[in-house]
Amino acid sequence: MKSLKYLSLLFISILTLTACSSDEDPEIVNEEELITTVTAVYTPVGGGDVVTLQYKDLDGEGANAPVITVSGSFQTNTTYEGNVTFLNETTDPADNITLEILEEGDEHQLFYLTTGSLNSVTYSDDSSDLDSNGFPIGLKSIFTTTGAASGTLTIILRHEPNKDAANVSSGDITNAGGSTDASVTFSIVVE
Amino acid sequence: MKYILLIVSLFAFHLTNSQSCSHTFSGEIHDFHNGASIEGATIYIQELNKYAISDKNGKFRFKNLCEGSVTVTVAHIGCETISLEITIQEDLFKIINLEHHFEALNEVKIEGHSGIKKTKTSQETVIKAETLEKYSASNLGDALKEISGVSSINTGNSIVKPVINGLHSSRIITLSNNVVLQDQEWGIEHAPNVDINSAGNVSVIKGSGALAYGGYALGGVIVLNPRNPSKTDSLYGQTITSAQTNGRGTNISSTLTKTYESGWYVSGQASAKRYGDFKAANYYLTNTGLDSKSFSFNTGFNSFEKGFNAYYSFVNNNIGILASSHIGNIEDLVNAINSNEPTVEEDFSYGIDSPRQDVTHQIAKASFYKRFKGIGKLNLQYDYQNNKRFEFDKRVGDDKNKASIDLTLQTHTVSSNLKIDKHDNKAFEVGFNAEYQNNFANPDTGIRRLIPDYDKYSFGAFITSEWTLNDKTLFDAALRYDFVNIDSKKFYQTSRWEERGYDADFSDIIINDLGTQLLTNPNFKYNTISASTGLTHQFNANNSILVNYSLSNRIPNPSELFSDGLHHSAARIELGDLRIKQEQSNRFSASYAYQTEFLKLNLEGFYNSINDFIYIEPTGVEQTIRGSFPVWEYQQTNAMLTGLDLSLNLTLNEHVHFANTTSYTKGRDLTQRRDLIDIPALKTINTISYNNKAWKNFNAELKSEWVFKQNEYPNNNFETYVATTDSYVLVDISTPPPAYHLLHFSTDVTLPTSKNTNLNVGLNISNLFNTSYREYLNRLRYFADDLGRNIMIQLKFNY
Repeated sequence: MKSLKYLSLLFISILTLTACSSDEDPEIVNEEELITTVTAVYTPVGGGDVVTLQYKDLDGEGANAPVITVSGSFQTNTTYEGNVTFLNETTDPADNITLEILEEGDEHQLFYLTTGSLNSVTYSDDSSDLDSNGFPIGLKSIFTTTGAASGTLTIILRHEPNKDAANVSSGDITNAGGSTDASVTFSIVVE
Repeated sequence: MKYILLIVSLFAFHLTNSQSCSHTFSGEIHDFHNGASIEGATIYIQELNKYAISDKNGKFRFKNLCEGSVTVTVAHIGCETISLEITIQEDLFKIINLEHHFEALNEVKIEGHSGIKKTKTSQETVIKAETLEKYSASNLGDALKEISGVSSINTGNSIVKPVINGLHSSRIITLSNNVVLQDQEWGIEHAPNVDINSAGNVSVIKGSGALAYGGYALGGVIVLNPRNPSKTDSLYGQTITSAQTNGRGTNISSTLTKTYESGWYVSGQASAKRYGDFKAANYYLTNTGLDSKSFSFNTGFNSFEKGFNAYYSFVNNNIGILASSHIGNIEDLVNAINSNEPTVEEDFSYGIDSPRQDVTHQIAKASFYKRFKGIGKLNLQYDYQNNKRFEFDKRVGDDKNKASIDLTLQTHTVSSNLKIDKHDNKAFEVGFNAEYQNNFANPDTGIRRLIPDYDKYSFGAFITSEWTLNDKTLFDAALRYDFVNIDSKKFYQTSRWEERGYDADFSDIIINDLGTQLLTNPNFKYNTISASTGLTHQFNANNSILVNYSLSNRIPNPSELFSDGLHHSAARIELGDLRIKQEQSNRFSASYAYQTEFLKLNLEGFYNSINDFIYIEPTGVEQTIRGSFPVWEYQQTNAMLTGLDLSLNLTLNEHVHFANTTSYTKGRDLTQRRDLIDIPALKTINTISYNNKAWKNFNAELKSEWVFKQNEYPNNNFETYVATTDSYVLVDISTPPPAYHLLHFSTDVTLPTSKNTNLNVGLNISNLFNTSYREYLNRLRYFADDLGRNIMIQLKFNY
């Protein structure tokens, strides 16, 4: 009977000990690798109006819809140099994800897809846009307009694509594989 | 034995010494349980070859005994025979207690002996050690599929969760050495953290009838029992080792047990498994390796009257998740579904990269029991569990090697029950359990918590009763009450909080407004009642029936309440709901058994009506920077499940046996008038086996497994815009894969190596024809085929 008494005493003490947990509030987590903002800036070679395309979704997977802005239309018969940046604006200061993409260039690639009557967007041959294996990363691009056109431009960031698969290095996504980190679409007019 | 000697000394009459052979030895034989006299017990003095039989008052008497020591044996039908050393110096009177309850006795000597069921009127099946040993290299989920009506829901081939009659996860209780596993069982990709090699046998109880363990097991209860220490002086063990072609890996598991006649025992067990990439029929399943380690230690003391058990177990699994199942958005999912092969196919490797999960589960337990004369047996138990779960996703930059999910779930439980078995024709059990659980989600992951921090307090109390109406009929009834309080602290994104409408209903639980996020304190209390009653009746030697009704209530689990975010591998946004109430099941079941020397047939049917059944279904589409995702929300509906499980064993002759198990389950959403998702398809397994004891106990078995196509499923398909092709495509996430048929072959012989040791050598070939197939209940079926052929050699050394 004595052991029974001790045992029940032990149980009660364990129960009371464990029941008094700390009452501190948990720490807030701000998503580290979240991409909230994709900005593509198209600068006409030889001067003219810069066209800025921006896709901003500050609450990430939250319920709010993204805000998509296109600063203006592209001019006909002009060559534009494009430059894409990725930001996480939930942190202060904003985290520039573009730097991580450049650093791990061999694991990332951007693809540009156009629809409607738009000409295609090609990679810039700027050496800063190549990864350690000489394959394009695709942050920098060239968009050459001819006549008036309209359609959509989709910019896709793939993580761990198969960079040496057929046509992938020329910007064809078909055989790229990998997983999609960002996929944003803009309506564009050339006039 | 000490106790009896104590009684002897207490009751011995001290009379005057006399030297002659004229002493009398008399006494009474009592039942230990209720103190009643036992009539007709045989009392035998070995040295003198003298017998006496106890009369209707349990009395006996030997006359004219000489001084000296004698050995007295007392025997009675249904009791354990006992021997006493008695010294006669004078006239002697003593009360001898016999242990009258055979079954209770077995429970003490060999707790959970295979064949002894935990319940009386529930549909219960026991898998014996011999069968479990075949699955030594595999896992619990695969072994349980031996039972008709039990299937599994898989994430690949190493994460296997049991499904009982169409229900799984938090609708199933898993009990390991009498500890209710608390290992975040709510998630489909969370397999039970147990090592199958640590179990001596496993019982599966369909439905919630086993109320002693909890009232929420709408699906059923899985009971893993440790190996039974025998009450002899002995040292024995077993080592199982195997090597297999698929996964190019090995498995080893050893147990060693030392037992003493006094009732003490100590036992240790350890296992290790290591596999590389598994292979489907035509390609390697990249990153599906497995590294598993576990050990357990069990010690204690057993006697009829009292005993204790101390137990510790450690299980660690590091499991790679199929590389091609890592997808970023719907377009990736469409590509995966439409391509017949996985998007990532590499050469064989032992590497386990992200995505992967690394889960460690530890159990420490101490239990104690004591029997009180005329009352019954009292058990006390304390157990502590620590579940540490890491999930690693593909991440970039500094976070590359950082876990995406880092959860620590700790549970303390105190439980006690009293089994009152003093009556011959009825037995009662009352008990309670109190539990404290804490979940901690580490914020260092840099990813918003999937499951929030919470404290959970539970208390449950139950009473069960069992009435033997006559020698053919048994009736039982049980009642249970549970109280649960979940006190959590969760961050919500303000936009999500408003979209859910929580700003209207739950504004009072906000404790801190941080702008884009809100810290809230959901604190919910639940009271639930569960009940069960049933009857078994044996018509004659061949025919028997069992009927049972169970009422159970299950409170929502953390993912049903709190989910809020993107589930990457499913490419969907999953949303819980704080308003979800408990679900309630009314389950009716009936079984019919027919048994002759040549034929054993068991037919089990059930109808499970579930009010406020909690399930998840698509409700819309949301835009994110990765593209658009379907939104799946937890909801409640009225549902029903019904089914029939058949098992048949036929002895064709001394050597040849045939067996069949077939099960069919149907699930309907009664409110929306459509089928439930993830209901296992009709399955039939036929086995023909040959056994010859004379040829070193040679066995050979050919098994055919036929799984039909599931034609009853809800259509959750939807259309999505695909930028790469500038078109809208149908995302077919609903259509089940076609039917498949697999053949398996196994054979083994047992070679004696010495008097007490033997070596069993076995060869197992599963998926004999390397058939390529996909299974409806495998969540990775969109991405790759299931396993191809596997050839395994297993050595089992008993010593």
